[in-house]
Amino acid sequence: MFDAFLERYAYWLTTLLLVLGLYGMVGKRNLVKKLIGMNILQSAVILFFIANSVKRGATVPILPETHDVAVNPDLYMNPLPHVLMLTAIVVSVATTGVALSFLVTMYRRFRSLDERHILEEMQ
Amino acid sequence: MASVLGWYRTRLAYLLALGGVAISLAAAIAGLVEVLRNGEMRYDLGGWPPPVGIEYVLDHLSAFIAVVVTAVALVALLATSRLMDREAPTIAGGPFYGLVLLLIAGLTGIVVTGDLFNLFVFLEIASLSAYALVAVGGSKATVAAFRYLLLGTMGATFYLLGVAFIYFKTGTLNMADAARLLSTSENSEAFIAAAVFITVGLGLKMALFPLHLWLPDAYTYAPSAVTALIAPIMTKVSVYALIRIYLSVFGPAYMEGPVPINWLLLVLGIAGVVAGSVMAFAQQDLRRMLAYSSVSQLAFIALGIGLANGLALVGALLHIMNHAVMKACLFLATGGIRHWSGVVDVSRMAGFGRRMPLTMAALTVGALSMIGIPPTAGFFSKWYLIRGGVEAGNWIAVAVILGSSLLTAAYFFKVLEQVYLRSPDDSGQPARVVEAHPLVLGPILLLAVAIVLLGIFSGFIVTGVLERAAPPWL
Repeated sequence: MFDAFLERYAYWLTTLLLVLGLYGMVGKRNLVKKLIGMNILQSAVILFFIANSVKRGATVPILPETHDVAVNPDLYMNPLPHVLMLTAIVVSVATTGVALSFLVTMYRRFRSLDERHILEEMQ
Repeated sequence: MASVLGWYRTRLAYLLALGGVAISLAAAIAGLVEVLRNGEMRYDLGGWPPPVGIEYVLDHLSAFIAVVVTAVALVALLATSRLMDREAPTIAGGPFYGLVLLLIAGLTGIVVTGDLFNLFVFLEIASLSAYALVAVGGSKATVAAFRYLLLGTMGATFYLLGVAFIYFKTGTLNMADAARLLSTSENSEAFIAAAVFITVGLGLKMALFPLHLWLPDAYTYAPSAVTALIAPIMTKVSVYALIRIYLSVFGPAYMEGPVPINWLLLVLGIAGVVAGSVMAFAQQDLRRMLAYSSVSQLAFIALGIGLANGLALVGALLHIMNHAVMKACLFLATGGIRHWSGVVDVSRMAGFGRRMPLTMAALTVGALSMIGIPPTAGFFSKWYLIRGGVEAGNWIAVAVILGSSLLTAAYFFKVLEQVYLRSPDDSGQPARVVEAHPLVLGPILLLAVAIVLLGIFSGFIVTGVLERAAPPWL
């Protein structure tokens, strides 16, 4: 049981992060905490990509200028997931920026970031 | 570019946006004609051939949706300028039209891309500009936009997680390549995970019934111009993304694979049709009523995908187009009513039939089409959906489609009765009710005419385009 956990600890931890993020988004009442939950959720997926692409003993995928022998793919990391996640991080940063600007606008208007308080004010 | 111009002269930004969308409409039509003549087109981005590079695919399905999206966007955009002048003149002067163009660019990008990760990026481009556009409507709209942002991002993240499973199972992000590898790989666990996550993720984006909670507030509090732009096309494009992934990546496995995911859509679609209609009936605010009716109409489309046969799919695709045109017409009419009479509550619209005859005529055409009265477009998509239900032998679906027409009739007749039959003798009447500005009224009438024309010519659309868009195995 515990061995099964150790073997794949990265997946368990990303799953934990995923659930944690979801709980933050659904369970918390403060809007900033909801946003933090959203960021945790995104980090979980990013880490899932990265954890999946780990290759032990591999190096950066840059070929030496002169290579006579056939390239052994086991020696090099697959750069694609990392590059994809860079894009995902950029998207995540943009989303967070927009969300924070919404929060500032909301705070100026409602003087609170408590979801219940804001919904009461809106009535 | 339109944003920068917007700081300088709003009118110029508006014209530039209009020109840009008109050009993309022309390109979409040219693409559709080309596809109809020579079959599908593929374009390798940056000269990298797939599966290494990103490719854009224009086949019958995507060419059709591209034309619908750009055409509806162009007509809605025509009215935007005058509506925004009334709504929030200061913001319209800023980066507003840049955001609109970004939204449309993102949506057309989703439509033409043939790459799973590229679709995620375009989805987020479109969504981010949509959040910002919704938030233009003031403080209540900001709250709605924030909720939309949270749920939309959750959906995109789930979608990305689903893509992760496909990628690590097959090692490719190209849709056609992934489909080929998925159909041969015998290990189905990753497929199950991918199917579930992608369905839930895109379900959030398309406001599939229990995941629709962001939609009513966002559509109600956003500026009328923005709602008229987002409501018809934004959710439709998410539906398209779902159809695209089911048909082009999962293939037949989506209905007979390890998880028959179409049953989920079928059940949620049936529940959504009923729940959306009932909620719409309970609303007083015309905008909120239309928002809930969107939920039920989107559930129709989900139901069509869930029935998983050629006829139902044709019905679903036809309904994507029809509903886009109907909702654009109805929301623009609502915007016209709101800004040229100051009324959004149905109960205060008594006698409007005489005071805004043209707007109300368009509203009536839209309503009749939503109900599904024969010469209008709405009838034909429901007709194909019902035939699909009969073919699948799913009588519950058939009964729900027929019954929901009754519910739709109930809430639209509530509006029409108020507008045409009640005499305006209440004290709650607005003082001044005039027809909207010609630039707003024109698009409304154009869309109303389009509803009837699309209904009459729906046979040509179905045999010419849609039947070829459905894959042969359906």
